[in-house]
Amino acid sequence: MKKYGLMKKCISAALSLSLMVSLSACGGAAPAASGGASQGGAAAIKIGGSGPLTGPAAVYGNAVKAAAELAVEEINAKGGLQFELRFEDDTHDAEKAVTAYGVLKDWGMQASLGTVTSAPGAAVSQMYQDDGIFALSPSASSLAVIYHDSDNASDPYGNVFQMCFTDPNQGIASADYLQSHPDLGSKIAIIYKNDDNYSSGVYAKFKSQADVNGLEVVYEGTFDDSNASDFTVQLKKAQDAGADLVFLPIYYDPASLILTQANQMGYAPTFFGVDGMDGILTLEGFDTSLAEGVYLLTPFSADANDDLTQNFTKNYRTRMKDEIPNQFAADAYDCVYAIAQACEAAGIKADMSPQDVCDALKQQFTSMTFNGLTGQNVTWSESGEVSKSPKAVMIQNGVYVGVDD
Amino acid sequence: MKKKNPFGRILERDQGRRALSFILITALYLIMEAMMRSGNLSSLFQSLLVPVCCYIVAAIGLNLNVGVSGELNLGQAGFMSVGAFTAVCVSGYLSASVPSGILRLVLAILAGILSAALFGIIIGIPVLKLQGDYLAIVTLAFGQIIKSLITNMYLGFDENGIQFSFVENKTSLAPGGKMLLNGPMGATGTEKISNFTAGFILIVLSLLVVYNLIYSRSGRAIQACRDNRIAAESIGINITSTKLLAFTVSSSLAGAAGALYGLNYSTLVPAKFDFNTSILILVYVVLGGLGNMTGTMAATIILVLLPELLRSMQDYRMLIYAIVLILIMILTNNDTVRTNMTRVKNRIFAKKEGRA
Repeated sequence: MKKYGLMKKCISAALSLSLMVSLSACGGAAPAASGGASQGGAAAIKIGGSGPLTGPAAVYGNAVKAAAELAVEEINAKGGLQFELRFEDDTHDAEKAVTAYGVLKDWGMQASLGTVTSAPGAAVSQMYQDDGIFALSPSASSLAVIYHDSDNASDPYGNVFQMCFTDPNQGIASADYLQSHPDLGSKIAIIYKNDDNYSSGVYAKFKSQADVNGLEVVYEGTFDDSNASDFTVQLKKAQDAGADLVFLPIYYDPASLILTQANQMGYAPTFFGVDGMDGILTLEGFDTSLAEGVYLLTPFSADANDDLTQNFTKNYRTRMKDEIPNQFAADAYDCVYAIAQACEAAGIKADMSPQDVCDALKQQFTSMTFNGLTGQNVTWSESGEVSKSPKAVMIQNGVYVGVDD
Repeated sequence: MKKKNPFGRILERDQGRRALSFILITALYLIMEAMMRSGNLSSLFQSLLVPVCCYIVAAIGLNLNVGVSGELNLGQAGFMSVGAFTAVCVSGYLSASVPSGILRLVLAILAGILSAALFGIIIGIPVLKLQGDYLAIVTLAFGQIIKSLITNMYLGFDENGIQFSFVENKTSLAPGGKMLLNGPMGATGTEKISNFTAGFILIVLSLLVVYNLIYSRSGRAIQACRDNRIAAESIGINITSTKLLAFTVSSSLAGAAGALYGLNYSTLVPAKFDFNTSILILVYVVLGGLGNMTGTMAATIILVLLPELLRSMQDYRMLIYAIVLILIMILTNNDTVRTNMTRVKNRIFAKKEGRA
C-alpha cells in the first residue's frame, strides 16, 4: 500500500516535472528560422509570412512555405543580397494570423509575404499599414486584403500587394473567355460553395459579367461545408436544365467529386474552372482520366516548357516528395523573386528599418516589371492589384495544354 | 459570533476566494499595462491580450451555467457569434454618427449582450422545462444554426437606408455604401475599437455579476436545483425560471465576450465561432474547475498562451499542446496531487493564522 503510494507520488512528480520542462523550454527557446539563413556572415533581409500549415487549408500554406524557402535558398546561393525567411502557422484563422504577425514583428521582419488565405489577410493588412511593413501576398485574393473599403474597392492600404488575381478579376475573365469561345457551351450551369468567400466572390462577379456579356446561365447550385460530398442533386438539376457547360469556381477537392459523380451518372458537359481547380491532377486517389477535357483559367501550369517553370518544378518535386507544384507554390516563388528584384533595384540593405524598406519597395513595385512563373511583364497598380493575364489551359492526357486565344 | 456559525465560515472562505480572483486579475492587468506602456511587451503578447480577455469572459459565463447551474452548454461560441456580429453591425452602422470609439464600443457591447441574452431566453424557455441533457443537444444545434444563418445573411446600408437579403445577395448599395454582413465573408473593414482596458473592465464586471448571483438568494436556488431537483421543487423553487436566469446571464456574458472579440479584428468570419470554439471554451471551464472562476481564468490564460509560446516547436506544437491538455486533465483529477495541494494550502493558511 505504502509502496504503491510512493510510486504514484514519483509518477506524478515526474509528470509535473516534464510539464514544467516543456513549458520553460517553449518560453525560452530562441526563434527558429526556417528557410535559408544568411551565409558567410552577411546580414540578411528578413522576410516574414504566415499561412495555414495545419488544419484543413494546410495544403496551401505548406505549398507556399516550401516554394518560398526554395526561392530564398536559390537567391542566397547566387550571392549578392541575402534573405532570411520565417513562415508562421495561422491555421486559416484571423485571430491566429494576428498573433503570427506579432511573432514576426518581434523577430524583426523587414518585408513580408502577408498571408496565404484571404480572411486572415484582411485581418492583418491594417497592422502592416500601421507598422509600415511591406507585404506581397502570394494568394490572398480577396479585395478586403488590399482595400479598407472592399465594397467600393477604394481606400487601399497602399503597402499590401497581391501576386494573385483578385477574386472579381477571375470571375470577369472567365465570363469574357466564355463569351469569346461560344463553342465550349452556350447553356451554363454554375455550382459554387456559398460559405466560402473565394468561391462566392468569383461567382458573384462571373454572374454579373455573364449578364453583361449575354451568356445564358440556366442553373445555379450551391453547397457548403456540411454537404460537400454529394453533388448528384446539383448535377441532375444542371443536366435537366440542359446545361452543356458547368462553371466550377471552387477548389479542386469538391471539384474532383463533381467530376467523378458526373461521370457516374453519364453527364458529360464541358467543365470550366478557375485557379482553385489547379491541383486536381495531383490529388491522391483521383482518377485523372476524369479530368480530361476540363478547362481552367490559371496563371501557372507545371508542364510549361520554359526553363524557369521546368527548373522550379524539378526542384520543388525534389523538396516535396515528388509533389507537383500548384499555383499557390508558383505565386509564392514569384513573390520572393519579385521582392528580391525590387530590393536589388532599390539598393535595400539588411540594416534598413522596415519603414524605409517599405517606402523603397512601394516605389519599386509600382514602377517595375516582373517576369516570373505566373506571368510575363507583370506590373502592379498603386492600390496593390496585380496586372497579368490569366492563361486558359485544357487538361489533355493528364497534363495542362495551353489553349490559344 | 461569526466564527461559531459554520455557514459564516464557508462564506468567509469563499469571500477569500472571490477576493483572490479580483486581486489576481487586477495584478495581471497592471503588470501587462505597465509593460505595454514602457514598451517591454512583445507584439505577440500585445496581440493576445484582448482575445484572452474575451475567452475569459465567455468561460466565466459558461462556468456559471455548467459549474453552478449544472446544465451542459455546447454552443457558447454560438452566443459569442450573435454578440460579435451584432456588435460589429452596430459599430459599423454608428461609425459616422458616433465618432467616439469608447462610446461606440460600450453601445456595441450592450447590443451584443442584449441580442445574446434574447437568444438565451428564446432557447432556455422551452428547453429548461425538460429534465435531462436537452440543453446540451439544443445548444449544440444552436451553434451550427447560427453559423449557417450568418453565413447566408447580407446586410448593408447606404444613404437611402438599410438593405437586407438572405441566401442570395440582392443588396445593391449606392456608391459609398457599406456592407455590414457579407455572407460567407462575414464582416470586413471593421474599425478596431476594442482594447485591453475594456477587456479588463469586462472581466471584472462579469466576475462581479457572477459572484453576486452565486451568493444571492437566487444563486443558492440555482445550486439547489443542480444538487437535487426534486427537493428544490418541493420547497417551492421554480426550476425553469431559476435555471433560465443562470443560462441567460451565461449567454449574455458570451455575447459581451463576442462583442469585444469582433471589434478587435478588422475582419470576422462566421466560421470562426464553430463547434470547436464551443468545445475549447468548455475545456477551459472543465480544466479550470467547475464552479471555480479563478481556476477558469488561469486555465484560459494558460491554454490560450500555450500554442503561441510553442511556436518555436514548429510542427510539434499541437502535439505538445495535446499532451499538456491530457496531463492537466490527469493531474487535476489525481488524488495524490490533490492531497499534496491541500497539504501545501493548509500549511500556508496555518502559518497565516499563527502569525495573526
